[in-house]
Amino acid sequence: MRWRVPAFSVTNLALPIVFFTFFGLPVAHLRRADGVSIGAYLLASFGAYAVGNVMIYGFGIGVANERAMKIDRLMRASPLPPLVFMLAKVLTALVFALLALMLLIGFGATVGGIHQPGAVWAMVIARLLAGSLPFIALGFAIGYLSGPHAAPAVANLIYLPLAFASGFFVPVGQLPPFVQAIAPFLPTYHYAQLAWSALGAGSETLGTSLLWLAGYTAVFLALAVRAYRREERAKFA
Amino acid sequence: MTPVVELRAARKRFGQVEALRGVDLAIGTGELVALLGPNGAGKTTSISLMLGLRRPTGGEARLFGFDPTDQRARSRCGVMLQESGTTGVLTVRELVDLFRSYYPSPLPAATAIARAGLDAKAGVRAGTLSGGERQRLYFALAVCGDPEALFLDEPTVGLDVEGRRAVLDSIRALSAAGKTIVLTTHYLEEADQLARRIVVIDRGMVIADATPREIKSRIPSKRISFNTGAPVSDATFRGLPVQNLELADHRVRLLSHEPELVLKALFERGVAVRDLEVTGADLEEAFLSLTTRP
Repeated sequence: MRWRVPAFSVTNLALPIVFFTFFGLPVAHLRRADGVSIGAYLLASFGAYAVGNVMIYGFGIGVANERAMKIDRLMRASPLPPLVFMLAKVLTALVFALLALMLLIGFGATVGGIHQPGAVWAMVIARLLAGSLPFIALGFAIGYLSGPHAAPAVANLIYLPLAFASGFFVPVGQLPPFVQAIAPFLPTYHYAQLAWSALGAGSETLGTSLLWLAGYTAVFLALAVRAYRREERAKFA
Repeated sequence: MTPVVELRAARKRFGQVEALRGVDLAIGTGELVALLGPNGAGKTTSISLMLGLRRPTGGEARLFGFDPTDQRARSRCGVMLQESGTTGVLTVRELVDLFRSYYPSPLPAATAIARAGLDAKAGVRAGTLSGGERQRLYFALAVCGDPEALFLDEPTVGLDVEGRRAVLDSIRALSAAGKTIVLTTHYLEEADQLARRIVVIDRGMVIADATPREIKSRIPSKRISFNTGAPVSDATFRGLPVQNLELADHRVRLLSHEPELVLKALFERGVAVRDLEVTGADLEEAFLSLTTRP
């Protein structure tokens, strides 16, 4: 279904590769001070960007559209339990995110000559998929809080600054000092740490990353549930 | 036996507006019931309560004896709603297949699509369908699970003559096959053609619940119009079975189900009747006399 919306499939599958081509390929052959390949490091960063994209735009815009088109009303009257409908959407998004990651990593390997053991990439992929929970919640929150016209703008306004400030496109060390100071408080920063540390280039322990992500999940989930309940009251109470 | 649908003293308030003001209604297995009423009477609200899409402010709604949101009740119902949508990127057949998967023993997809008269559009994306075709798609989605009960909110709205006939024929066939069908309409004629029981809803209350024949006997069937030599007033018609009386200068228009009696009385009261016309009342017009009280 996502395939049939080029605005979604192209953005989510091709954009990370396009950005990686501009930001990553030129420096892919270099190594960091700790010996980790910068190519691999940036592939992990753009992988985080890709999964965040799928979740925030997919759910943010998707749910807003569903509400506007009153798809929710028909689904609500069908025998399909709302929770199953929601979980099915999450599962589809995870499959789509997996595909985006495999395309990106495949592109890095074939075009950029960036190689890592399969187990390392498997770890990066598994962590990025499992760690995407806060962004799924954020996507739902955006979808329930904004109309279909506002949702893309809201998603951009929230996600792009987060992605830039967390070193998805340019390593954190090269960002302006005040951004560097903010970065460690952002969910996207700790999310990317999951992938970077799988390569041995993380700057915090896995436990720290997970704790931050769990905290943000709680916040975004509370926001999403609140918005969802408000909608419930207005439409189905 | 447990009724398929039951509303008990159901009330629904939206802010200041009381959409339903105590509705009692039980619909048994195999009935074909038309909820009839003008726009805004509370038909859609009634259906929403029956399906658990809305919670009653007071009273109770039961579906197959369960809470209407209960899975055991839901999987036995097919639903066609006003103001609902589907994704536009799936084709008609894909959507029908998707909805079939929600039911324990659905119809073959082709059968459901044919019942809605959409065979020619099966491979087309829902987003490109015309308004009438979309309406037929919703009908296909309602019937594809082969449910025991069907809830059709204004099933023929936006359909052309042919589409309307196809849907009405399908509804009759489904009813003949033993399905319980609840539909809403604001066309008396449609309710009359289809249903064996008509529930007239007006301003959130059931004002009539009877067979089409009984309903029609209660509404004035003839329109009388004539000119008078001298101006007449409401008093002239006191005690006569007339409704929707309109007096304009020398022109009188009224509805009655006993035109002979009215005319006889008028002659006796010495009213000069000229240019007399007695015609069958327009059903819609007659129906309005039932639902709009001064």
